[in-house]
Amino acid sequence: MTNAFLRLTGISKSFAGVQALRDVDLTIERGRVHCLVGENGSGKSTLIKIIAGVYQRDTGEYVIDGKNLARLQPIDAIREGVQVIYQDFSLFPNLTVAENIALNEEVAEGRRWVNWQQVRNVAADALAQIEVNIPLDVTVGEVSVANKQLIAVAKAMRQNARLIIMDEPTTALTEREIRALFSVLRKLQERDGVAFLFVSHKLDEVLSISEKIIVIRNGKTVSEGERDEYDRARLVYDMTGHSITEKSYDFEPDLSQPPLLKVENLNAEPMLNDINFELRAGEIVGVTGLLGSGRTELALALYGMQPIKSGRITIDQKPVDLRSNRDAIAHGIGYVPEDRLSEGLFLEQSIAKNVVVRTIESLRGSLGLTDPAKISGQVSQWVDALRIKTADPALPVNTLSGGNQQRVVLAKWLASNPKVMILNGPTVGVDVGSKEELHNLMKKLAGEGMGLLVISDDIPELLGTCNRILLMRNGTIVEEINTKETNENKISSKLIED
Amino acid sequence: MKRLLRRNETLVAITLVVLCLVIGLNNPTFFTVGTVFTLLRGSIVTGIFAMGVLIVIISGGIDVSFTAIGVFALYSTVKLMLAYAPDASIWVAFSIAGLIGLGLGLINAFFIAKFKLPTLIVTLGTLSMFHGFLLFAIGNQIIRDVPPALTEFARATVIEIPQARGTANLHPAVFLLVAVAILMWILLRYTMLGRGIYALGGAPEAAERAGFNVTRIQYFIYGFVGLLSGVAGMTFGGLARQANPQDIVGMELNVIAAVVLGGAYLTGGRGTVIGTLLGVILVVIANNSLILIGVPTVWQRVVIGLIILIGTGIPAIQERRAGKITSGLAEA
Repeated sequence: MTNAFLRLTGISKSFAGVQALRDVDLTIERGRVHCLVGENGSGKSTLIKIIAGVYQRDTGEYVIDGKNLARLQPIDAIREGVQVIYQDFSLFPNLTVAENIALNEEVAEGRRWVNWQQVRNVAADALAQIEVNIPLDVTVGEVSVANKQLIAVAKAMRQNARLIIMDEPTTALTEREIRALFSVLRKLQERDGVAFLFVSHKLDEVLSISEKIIVIRNGKTVSEGERDEYDRARLVYDMTGHSITEKSYDFEPDLSQPPLLKVENLNAEPMLNDINFELRAGEIVGVTGLLGSGRTELALALYGMQPIKSGRITIDQKPVDLRSNRDAIAHGIGYVPEDRLSEGLFLEQSIAKNVVVRTIESLRGSLGLTDPAKISGQVSQWVDALRIKTADPALPVNTLSGGNQQRVVLAKWLASNPKVMILNGPTVGVDVGSKEELHNLMKKLAGEGMGLLVISDDIPELLGTCNRILLMRNGTIVEEINTKETNENKISSKLIED
Repeated sequence: MKRLLRRNETLVAITLVVLCLVIGLNNPTFFTVGTVFTLLRGSIVTGIFAMGVLIVIISGGIDVSFTAIGVFALYSTVKLMLAYAPDASIWVAFSIAGLIGLGLGLINAFFIAKFKLPTLIVTLGTLSMFHGFLLFAIGNQIIRDVPPALTEFARATVIEIPQARGTANLHPAVFLLVAVAILMWILLRYTMLGRGIYALGGAPEAAERAGFNVTRIQYFIYGFVGLLSGVAGMTFGGLARQANPQDIVGMELNVIAAVVLGGAYLTGGRGTVIGTLLGVILVVIANNSLILIGVPTVWQRVVIGLIILIGTGIPAIQERRAGKITSGLAEA
């Protein structure tokens, strides 16, 4: 094929005896959009770093632009037009937009003095080239994530990028921002013939944006082909090695019983307006809406973290006053936040300590000191019950994969036996296989009488786990949907209605 | 206008004006050329130290050893001069002190750049080590018979203005501070090295990826801070006309407070020369002039503490208001 820009054949790489990549093939075609998909630990990041010259391959051929390169340093890859945009964008939050764009060039030219006029010109040119408008003189720390992404793209294009690799490019972007980003990228693709390689595990996104798909599993290429050859089921099958069919959650509430949680006419800061709903024991209720619809604010209000202006919240028919998260915890409400890394876990601490942190008070022995035997008993109980895959609970939480980290957050809460669990984006950053297991776990918990409120923008996830879905817009619930009477397209089109 | 108001420098400047008005309206002698010259003289040493601390803080580090370097350089230079060249000029004194400071600073740099140790730990260690070594191996007696060049330096004056009582003198070392400040401003704003220091403080990994030689930048930072500290130490001894091995050490927090008040972030990446100078003047006035409005000496520390809390608290609160409301969600 003449259109190949980069062709890797038989790439292998091992680290300290562990085989990370085995005989991987990959072809990047000029001016096309490729998606590299695979579960966590499948070798995606290793492969990218080999393409970027950060890691040296053990065996295999690397042919770029018709040239067979034996050894490759990062600077060589950059010279050939390979640009990687990592998830942190490699930007400086304290420097201005202009300086961020021009800095790499200045350093590469070995300058000693800064010419601020030139810095501005370079940056203005770079932004004009990708046809976006971002103020040059504000610091990058002040611009939105979407703009940071665009700044990184402008920077890459400035260095004559011919292949731009983006790691999880749509994380933390709203629907509209994603559309804006892709329209910019499509322009570069059509006008300048830039090829893209996205790393993603959002299946719907992969199917909607890519032209070519490459699936890897356990360090091996499983399949490589045109977008049309794939559908959701095949992607899941290729990624996990088995097919996953999610059964929807059938639940008929026992209407003779009072609801577990009842919210009436709730108004809360900053924008929640007249919220009414009920949650019964054993129910899994989904909450969805666009970013900014108030779905996270609702969760925070119920967890006592958002000032409530008026309205009534009752749990087991008793009115409760939620002024702080301590109140919420005392009334049996648990909350698993969207960003578990910064808000839900002590990453450097051991799995065991994270599991018992909420219940440490009850694990004291005589003298009021903590009792190691009680603690390890509880830890092993939850590690087993939730099947947290670890060699040793004494290892820090950040040694676990995303799915297993999420289980630790759950274990922490379950140990304190809450009545209502609010899960915000429970499977964000979790790969397909673990996702299924987490969903089964949620259903099991509901089956045991807990009430679950699941906030997510992953519609298939809500359809597969919830019996009802609440649709939010502008801070209020606009519709309640029975999951049996709807489908993904109906909900998606409702989401973007005004 | 809104941007200008949100800038930290503006806030410090306003605080400064208010403080001066309060002091001046209660005690008119504050508004005299004499007071201004005295305060300027009092700002020189703190100011030079602060310029060094500023670049460390911008780079995301912290240095607490600079006072020990200053006194080490001062005391050993005076001893050296007395032993070998008692009649050497003040320029020789400054050069020797600067070189000693540079050498000690490079010791900090070695531990920080080579072993990637936390800067606070390294400089806490060297603070104690340098000072201890000075007292143990070089001398622990106050030297009052300093070389004549220092005595002359102490008396030097560039502007003399007759006052109701005596004359107001401006010491030439004020220009040393001005020169250092201009040098720093050019370094930070117009050299790639300076931008590298900001980059390092903003995102260390990205700085490395962008192609900056982080090790070399760190050697520069800590070496340069050492050099400035040597010069500042020498200035201190020159103005005081003595070399006391117990002087200077203990000033660390005042200097760091001045830099932080001037808007530098302890987390790195932000700070300006103008802001730092304003912070220095604020701290010096609080230290020297509160007595004019009847604040007893023992309360001055309390007032300085309050100024720091308010001066760094207001910007922090402003920032949080501007940012996300739900930022402190540690409990979940």
